[in-house]
Amino acid sequence: MSTYDRSMALTGQPPKEISRNQKIATLIGLSGLAIILLAAFNVSFPNKALWLSISMAAITTGTIWFSWEAYSKKLPGIKNDGVWFKSISSQGFWGWIAGIALTTFYIVLYFYPEYLGLVKNGENKGVIALFDPLSRMLSGNPASQWFVYGTLYTVAILAFGIKFMWKYRHNRYERIRTMSVMFFQTAFAFIIPELMARLNGDKILNGGSLPYYDLKNVWPLNYYNFEGYRIKSFLSSGDIGFALLIFGILSVFVITPILTYKYGKRWYCSWVCGCGGLAETAGDSFRQLSDKTVKAWNIERWVVHSVVVFVTLMTTAVIYSYLGTDTSKYWLTKSTFLIGVAVLLTVVFTLVMVFKRKELQKDAQYGAIGYFVIIMALIGMHFLSGDGNVFLFKSETLRKSYSFLIGSIFSGVIGTGFYPILGNRVWCRFGCPMAAMMGFQQRLFSKFRITTNGGQCISCGNCSTYCEMGIDVRAYAQKGENIVRSSCVGCGICSAVCPRGVLKLENGPLQGRIDSNQVLLGNDVDLMTLVNKN
Amino acid sequence: MENIVIIGNGIAGVSAARHIRKLSDKRIIIISAETDYFFSRTALMYVYMGHMKFEHIQPYENWFWEKNRIELVRGYVTHVQTKEKQLLIDGSRAIQYDKLIIATGSKPNKFGWPGQDLHGVQGLYSKQDLDLLEVNAPNKETCKRAVIVGGGLIGIELAEMLRSRDIPVTFLVRENSFWNGVLPKGESQLINEHIEEHHIDLRLATNLKEIVSDENGKVKSVIIAETGEELQCDMVGLTAGVTPNIDFLKDSGIELGRGVKVNRFLETNVADVYAIGDCAEQHEAIGNRRPIEAVWYTGRMMGETVAQTICGNRIEYKPGHWFNSAKFLDIEYQTYGWVFSERNKKDHEEHFHWRHATEKLCVTIAFDKDSHQFLGINTFGIRMRHEIFDRWLTEEKNIDYVIEHLQDVNFDPEFYKNYEHEIVSKFNMDFGKSIKPKKKSIRRIFNLKPQHN
Repeated sequence: MSTYDRSMALTGQPPKEISRNQKIATLIGLSGLAIILLAAFNVSFPNKALWLSISMAAITTGTIWFSWEAYSKKLPGIKNDGVWFKSISSQGFWGWIAGIALTTFYIVLYFYPEYLGLVKNGENKGVIALFDPLSRMLSGNPASQWFVYGTLYTVAILAFGIKFMWKYRHNRYERIRTMSVMFFQTAFAFIIPELMARLNGDKILNGGSLPYYDLKNVWPLNYYNFEGYRIKSFLSSGDIGFALLIFGILSVFVITPILTYKYGKRWYCSWVCGCGGLAETAGDSFRQLSDKTVKAWNIERWVVHSVVVFVTLMTTAVIYSYLGTDTSKYWLTKSTFLIGVAVLLTVVFTLVMVFKRKELQKDAQYGAIGYFVIIMALIGMHFLSGDGNVFLFKSETLRKSYSFLIGSIFSGVIGTGFYPILGNRVWCRFGCPMAAMMGFQQRLFSKFRITTNGGQCISCGNCSTYCEMGIDVRAYAQKGENIVRSSCVGCGICSAVCPRGVLKLENGPLQGRIDSNQVLLGNDVDLMTLVNKN
Repeated sequence: MENIVIIGNGIAGVSAARHIRKLSDKRIIIISAETDYFFSRTALMYVYMGHMKFEHIQPYENWFWEKNRIELVRGYVTHVQTKEKQLLIDGSRAIQYDKLIIATGSKPNKFGWPGQDLHGVQGLYSKQDLDLLEVNAPNKETCKRAVIVGGGLIGIELAEMLRSRDIPVTFLVRENSFWNGVLPKGESQLINEHIEEHHIDLRLATNLKEIVSDENGKVKSVIIAETGEELQCDMVGLTAGVTPNIDFLKDSGIELGRGVKVNRFLETNVADVYAIGDCAEQHEAIGNRRPIEAVWYTGRMMGETVAQTICGNRIEYKPGHWFNSAKFLDIEYQTYGWVFSERNKKDHEEHFHWRHATEKLCVTIAFDKDSHQFLGINTFGIRMRHEIFDRWLTEEKNIDYVIEHLQDVNFDPEFYKNYEHEIVSKFNMDFGKSIKPKKKSIRRIFNLKPQHN
């Protein structure tokens, strides 16, 4: 029988009780949230700018003070004492409460923004009105539910980012990485797009107006980037608009592959991405909750790659829908585009099947062939039938279903709402098509790996437990194998929590990167030859 | 089909089972009295500290065993009847074997201290010890002070565990500096300081005289031999090393010393009976190693070796270059090759020692005074590459080469501060050399052959 779960205390066992100062800090943080909650119930604050500042300051101060109390009096080192005794971080009572609260918030945000006070064609009310002054200051426009969300999101990454940096103050990789996500969230996701909105209508854009564009948000994570209304806005906004559109295309086909080849997908997932940023900071307390079973891994591979297929079909259909048919007007017509997509997919498929087939498991090969055949058949059927709909459905239907199922439910409600239940990277692991595509490259064509240090592994399981992506790191390390997994986001925590210095994230030569030999050093050489003989 | 029975589901027994399964179709049965499934013994501490749940320290999912046709039996082997080739579980149930592997590990040492069997007195080795610790020291209210007796690796782990629940700890160490039978004095000193930084009441050169009972047969205090001082406490941890766990073999006819006596093929004096891991004792020590090696890594290696022998490739147990690792509270320790403490050092072994001025980092490199051959390294707080040191030891590199190429060896995470320049200049100063550190080379690190196009 396990002995650690005897206590019925909501706050965990007595030795892990939070200190008095931490209780005050929690109260301050919650009071900041309370202001927002009051606003949601239409309590009208007289000086909105002041009350919003108080609220944000309280949330930030509360979080930072709480962390200071937790870490400042301890020596630098791993700070996981009592993680599985605290109910918030071990799927206990408070974990479920937090999960339900977050999920509710996301449902309201996505589907019932009017409860937050959104008023179309009129003065905002409630929470959104509270954020109006800040929004006007940045972009000149009133706030929307997305502005509220963006602000809270940024505050969370900044406050919890500071917590994370204190927690790992002995680890420079973690500190620098966290500064990076804090920077990209604040500058690229939050401030720059808001300021860019000020240019709208200006003559520098030829009087056009740019779509809201977080430059680091790359397709297919940014699944709507190439939708008709956005292309129109880009193209109507002069050279700047055109440059941004070109950047959007380059970031998919040039920048991402090059950086992923050199550094693995971590350059994005745990250094730049906003979803990753929130997961690594506010979600850090929940990383140990990810499921490590082989079963979960199998589900992950099918689900995440199906999302890739879905987003590819959807985007193709959407772009197809607004392209013309007349080659004399514009070279890119419906047919040229579809043929282009078919050629590109065929080239990637063929290259992988010819050169990398051996590195794919059987079911991955079948999956790849299956999906390839389906996409090609759909494209072929379209040409044969001459129907206006591509892929059996109206492009609008595909777009709406993707946006609802993947964009809202999966990435928001489940992805973040379920942090305290399923772990902090559910979206990144099971849903994100960007992560899946980079992962595919990372597994097959990248210099990145986690090196296992000879025979030093003691199979303790810290690495696997704290892997937010649910990778059973130990399974490789204890055999002396390097870890080369498509899902690895390179957060570096496995290496940090390893008590024996066994794991190192590094970029090295492709030669010998994946070595499935058992290389448990310390053994006699003859024995190792025998062990590795099949 | 041959019937292989393994007593003990620790790393040695399980490694043997896994490798026998890889090589053959034999029937494999593992018997354990301790737990249903294999777990990482070295990770028990993290369960008490709340870093992991017990299920997390089990390296294989529960379906693994059935899938690989490894049968698991829960029970305590009380008799081994080598003539009948059978063993009795819990005194009655008989299991036949064709080949028997004994991998029963260790048990904590008890040196006959008065009061050593009182309630509240325990070692830290098994899952049962962990469960007992939850009873003896669940929190600082029940356990107002704990006393740990014995300054080795388990002692400092137990201290760390108790401190994670804010329980005051007094740590009695027989030596005049922590673990200085193994560590050279500079390193031992570094750990002394670190122990005190963690608010552990470290008592060096201090022996236990007796453990005093209260009226209920529970520990009340301990008395220190040197001073006669009485320390009130609610729990006493006995961590003065371990002994092979072989009492059940007394009448089996298998030759026993401190452990089960084995030859280099890990065979006992009785045909078809083998012993591996902590409980095996070599007739003669291999190289600088001890006849009994109670180390995770050697258990694993012996398991792999005996699997070959049982499957028809009779080979000797030939461990390669010595290596080991540990973590002292926040300080990671790795060792490659041999670095002996002042107490056990031979005349020809010379040490180079570097310690950082403020951080808890240090390195000791041992080399031969006359030939300058590199013998081994201890590193504290800086991770280093096993593979490269293994190669250097095989190639018998000299100390100058090692110092010059130190940057290749660094295994710290990216962006960590590097100290190689500092280390090299200290070496140059100590030994009147002028070695310039070579830049880190990917080609050397990964041992790449030059590419020809």
